[in-house]
Amino acid sequence: MKRIALLGMPNTGKSTLFNRLSGASARVGNWPGITVDLMSAKILIGGHIAELVDLPGLYDLHGFSDDEQVVRHFLANNSVDLVMIVLNSSQIDRQLSLALQIRALGLPALLLLNMQDEAKRSGISIDIDEMSRQLGLPVASISAKYGDGCPQALQLAARHLEHQRAPISASEISSKLEADTQLEQQMEHIVKQAVQMPLQLTDRLTERIDRVLLHPWLGLPLFFGAMYLLFQFIFTVGAPLQEGVAWLLDLIRSDVLEPLTASLPAWLHGLLLDGIYDGVGTVAAFVPIIVLFFLVMTMVEDSGYMSRAAFLMDALMARVGLDGRSFVMVLMGFGCNVPALMGTRVMRSRGMRLLTMMVIPLSLCSARLQVFVFMSAILFTTEQAPLVVFSMYLMSFVTIFLTALIFKGKMRSSEPFILEMPPYRFPTAKQIVLRGWLEVRHFLNRASKFIIFGVVMVWALTNFPSGVPAASEATYAGQIGQFFLPILEPIGIDAKLAIALIFGFVAKEIVVGALAVIYGLQGEALELLMAQQLDWVQGVSFMLFTLIYTPCLSTIATMRSESKSVGYTVLALGWSLLLAWVVSFIFYQSARALGF
Amino acid sequence: MLNLSQLQPGESAHIHAIHAEESLFHRLNAMGFRIGKKIELVRQASFGGPVHVRLGSTDIILRLTEANRIQIARA
Ligand SMILES: Nc1nc2c(ncn2[C@@H]2O[C@H](COP(=O)(O)OP(=O)(O)O)[C@@H](O)[C@H]2O)c(=O)[nH]1
Repeated sequence: MKRIALLGMPNTGKSTLFNRLSGASARVGNWPGITVDLMSAKILIGGHIAELVDLPGLYDLHGFSDDEQVVRHFLANNSVDLVMIVLNSSQIDRQLSLALQIRALGLPALLLLNMQDEAKRSGISIDIDEMSRQLGLPVASISAKYGDGCPQALQLAARHLEHQRAPISASEISSKLEADTQLEQQMEHIVKQAVQMPLQLTDRLTERIDRVLLHPWLGLPLFFGAMYLLFQFIFTVGAPLQEGVAWLLDLIRSDVLEPLTASLPAWLHGLLLDGIYDGVGTVAAFVPIIVLFFLVMTMVEDSGYMSRAAFLMDALMARVGLDGRSFVMVLMGFGCNVPALMGTRVMRSRGMRLLTMMVIPLSLCSARLQVFVFMSAILFTTEQAPLVVFSMYLMSFVTIFLTALIFKGKMRSSEPFILEMPPYRFPTAKQIVLRGWLEVRHFLNRASKFIIFGVVMVWALTNFPSGVPAASEATYAGQIGQFFLPILEPIGIDAKLAIALIFGFVAKEIVVGALAVIYGLQGEALELLMAQQLDWVQGVSFMLFTLIYTPCLSTIATMRSESKSVGYTVLALGWSLLLAWVVSFIFYQSARALGF
Repeated sequence: MLNLSQLQPGESAHIHAIHAEESLFHRLNAMGFRIGKKIELVRQASFGGPVHVRLGSTDIILRLTEANRIQIARA
């Protein structure tokens, strides 16, 4: 089978093209000599099946970052039949260096000038034939986002795969990679011959937006204001949707499932309805909020605002030993901590990377958001609830700063901070929908693995040994809760909440499902009972603990594999548990002392 | 001779020299910092934060520590 590699600088649209060509059927592959996973997919090209590999973005084949080493390793150890070089047409004047480096290696290559739509808008015109003649490589102009030129580019690729000399051996590449080359003059010459750029290339709109959003005094307040508005939007639109789904699931249970399962033995009826259905249903009710959250997140991420946030926050982050990129990773962590942890690969200095990975698990991910929305709706009025949840976000920042401050002495770095600022972009509806769908799929995936397992376990623990009243102190769950009571009582957490916290260790998605099973109710009835049994001080203490202690097993596993250090992982885990307990303790005891 | 960080917002100059160890030099080079190239300082973040510069068609932000390593000559 032929192998095609996608290669280009970061942010040139490789992933977008990869998804378009593969129909988003990506599979993560493992490659010799490389510790990270690369995405690969089988695609049909010119009547043959070929393997398409998405390589990490790099600036320079001779660079020193992890990603650059990964690409070098890949090229030196795997034979490649065609390299598709993706570059951003608007920045062709400097990105061409990569194409020249690949050509110098003698690799069979095809040059794809991506983002032709943006280049056209900013008045850049490229003579494709001239460029191809000068480079001696086939060249095509495409727009990965909108699909223009992609079929033609594939045909071009297919033609070149057909008439190919024997591919160069990986070892030959490996030896050539050693030798450095001077390509600069060549590059300028080609650009001069084939590209026409307007002299002062400024996207006026981007410029005007930046003048406001990056204003020396308004920038930061606008950032936090915008965050608050986005959050309000998610909450205002999402909360009624969640209630609607919960109501519907309740109706299905009472009108359809109860009659259907009435003849089953009591334990099976209990397992199916009180265990799986209530548990999973309570979690499923949050799907609309999660989808909404990721739609908003996609828009922010794709808009190009993230690197502006890095610009605004860098000075502040520097005080605690982090930098603007760490801040962006924390924002990404609001979606899910796992990809944010992997995102730290762009950092070269180990100290900076470890410190950033230390704080990412404190960023309030969407799974924890569910718990907070659920708890605050029970314990607070409709007006108060959004404020309570928003203050959890603020608390998340506070713990992040605190943690970085404490550990910055241990994890020092002198990493240079240089970041590209892309023009503002608006994601297409299709991109947003695709991303929303991917997130739902990810959620359902986790749901089927963790949540069902979790709620069944919780149900079993709260219903056995048989013969004792469900969820009483005599059950296994009750005994476990009693065991932990000495540590958890001082922070206001009773035996029932303790069980939910223990299972929350696996994944925070389980927490609300577990609560439904533990209390043996769902929907409105569950909320009423919990409101009777808990007061708001206990509730907030529970939320604080949930916010700070380790997010889920996947996060721990990712920390371990990214840091390659068990000691570090244990330290991060231990720290989060300690901090969670101390913060909850201080909150709970002071609130009680003040008479609440 | 001036450093990049000494430019005022809106001013531009030409890059005269880059004082950086090899890996940083490589990286700056790949991002478009080349001797003789025109560079504009667009703005600086408050609290002594990074500067926002424009090189040809590319916008880049970098910290003052890095900006201090780039010598410029006024146009
Ligand atoms: N206007 C425009 N934007 C694009 C095009 N291709 C990709 N993008 C955008 O460029 C950004 C970076 O794309 P991505 O695929 O993540 O780049 P990668 O880092 O190279 O994988 C995203 O916001 C894309 O939506 C294109 O052809 N035109």
